[in-house]
Amino acid sequence: MIDWGAIFSNAAVELISPTTAAYALAALGLAIHFGYTGLLNFGQAGFMALGAYGFAISTLSFGFPVWGAVLVGIGASVIFALILGIPTLRLRADYLAIVTIAAAEIVRLLFTTNTFQAITGSANGLSGYKGGFAGLNPIPEGRYGFGPFEYNEYDWWLRIVAWSIVALACLFTWQIMRSPWGRVIKGIREDEDAVRALGKNVYSYKMQSLILGGAFGTIAGMIFVLPRAVVPSNYQTSLTFFIYAILLLGGASTILGPVIGSMVFWVLLSFFSGFIARAVEAGWIPFMTSIQAGQLRFILVGVAIMLIVIFRPQGIFGNKKELAFVK
Amino acid sequence: MSNNTVPSNKPIKSTDLHIGEAEPGCKKRDPILVADGVSRTFGGLKAVDVDHVEIPRGAITALIGPNGAGKTTLFNLLTGFDKPDTGSWTFEGRPLSGMPAFKVARMGQVRTFQLTKALGLLTVMDNMLLGAKGQAGENLFRAIFPFFWRKQEEANKARAIDILERFKLDAKKDDYAASLSGGQRKLLEMARALMSVPSLVMLDEPMAGVNPALTQSLLDHILNLKSEGMTVLFVEHDMHMVRHIADWVIVMAEGRVVAEGDPHEVMRNPAVIDAYLGQHHDEDLGEDPAAESEHVEAIKELLE
Repeated sequence: MIDWGAIFSNAAVELISPTTAAYALAALGLAIHFGYTGLLNFGQAGFMALGAYGFAISTLSFGFPVWGAVLVGIGASVIFALILGIPTLRLRADYLAIVTIAAAEIVRLLFTTNTFQAITGSANGLSGYKGGFAGLNPIPEGRYGFGPFEYNEYDWWLRIVAWSIVALACLFTWQIMRSPWGRVIKGIREDEDAVRALGKNVYSYKMQSLILGGAFGTIAGMIFVLPRAVVPSNYQTSLTFFIYAILLLGGASTILGPVIGSMVFWVLLSFFSGFIARAVEAGWIPFMTSIQAGQLRFILVGVAIMLIVIFRPQGIFGNKKELAFVK
Repeated sequence: MSNNTVPSNKPIKSTDLHIGEAEPGCKKRDPILVADGVSRTFGGLKAVDVDHVEIPRGAITALIGPNGAGKTTLFNLLTGFDKPDTGSWTFEGRPLSGMPAFKVARMGQVRTFQLTKALGLLTVMDNMLLGAKGQAGENLFRAIFPFFWRKQEEANKARAIDILERFKLDAKKDDYAASLSGGQRKLLEMARALMSVPSLVMLDEPMAGVNPALTQSLLDHILNLKSEGMTVLFVEHDMHMVRHIADWVIVMAEGRVVAEGDPHEVMRNPAVIDAYLGQHHDEDLGEDPAAESEHVEAIKELLE
């Protein structure tokens, strides 16, 4: 028989997992790009990879402290944003989409290639960079928590840091989006020529937005690798599309949308995979092997996203009124 | 800033704007914009080829001409939205050529668009506030701390309400701009341009697609700009409107300035009739009946 308790508790664990926080932060960065500024960035996975590798390489190869490694990652993503933005932000929106998707793949392949194996670890990736972060942990050793949320001191430390960063990023984004800066950014999304005609340097604003959202993605990439190892195959384009799915699920130009979207996404994903695996074991789906069943959850997520786009196109937190005027 | 400075039926015309004969490229007493040798080609087509043109300060100048005459292209060039092949121009004595559009706007030369560009998913108020210049809160680092910009924001809001009241849009201030009618969007675009306190307002077909009931109020707003000391340059097809409010008319055809002058005089200019002939020879060009029969005579003669 199916163990429903295990399925639900496994799903509940995802609610506050660091991976959920990482996806929420990356989606918030994408909300700044796509939801507020109208920049079609399809390379968020590239920004996350730079964060992960920037942090890991500067710790392992150069012995940087945690704050130094974080700064290296953010510096790398700023340079990446400048390289992407300088040639494309003057052009139409679609060019940025093409260039970012290609650039993110270039970044991933550079980290995968054997040429730099000594530094990047090639396809095997990197591990053993968590010492510095764990060393900052003020929580005494032991297991804490209740029910499904019972972790050791490192896991709690990681969750607290990850969600604090997400909360700060939300506050920051909320504050700048209600300021005159945010007004210019939203104006650019609507019609950049009109904003230009009002004396705003549109190019500079788009660049600021690209750097800011990219930096969010980079920090998300660091949070993402703290509970696991750095593996290049994690940064495929599908990562970007999952983040887009989260963003659309929550609402593209909202602050809480990416956070709640990420929670819903991961809880549903975990629920589906737990349910299907056990349903196959229990013989409920006789025509399927357990390997096939492992892939089915992504199909179900795809169906769920299609349903959202059809029946709630503005997302969970989006403003229905905005859709009344879609061109 | 009041609503009653200009009577709506008989606008006061500025006269004596030019020096010497009213011919293409003639000198003005007090030009705000002077352009020299401006040309722009699209492939094999020379869209704009203007030797010399001056826009008089403090007056309403109309830029007219048949479709494809290069009026909007000239507008785009002068405002930095397009780059010319050759040419230079100055605005209030400062060279503008090659300057990006946002810097042109900051110098006090703002424009509107033929196809209205209201920022649909921003409220009417946000549209207006976007027009204000020199906002501290538009800097990312100051944006984080509201005390840097709150005071300025309040002042801008008060000014925006003031302008919106004149344009009778104040009741709509919290609605999305996308919910406005076409004519209201034109008004909003003009109101938004005023937020930047411009010295030269360039309107690209302000009357296109506006319902006749709103036309008169739009005309009054344009006349108000002049009475507040702004210079207006506008592109228009409606000759009635041109005759009604313009102090000076510049006629373009096939990329060149073919005639200039007082609106009543210029419509009798053979070059203008030539420019419109073939396309518009049987249409009312907006002359009054007496002048019109004369006009028709002129065309008939030309046809013979």
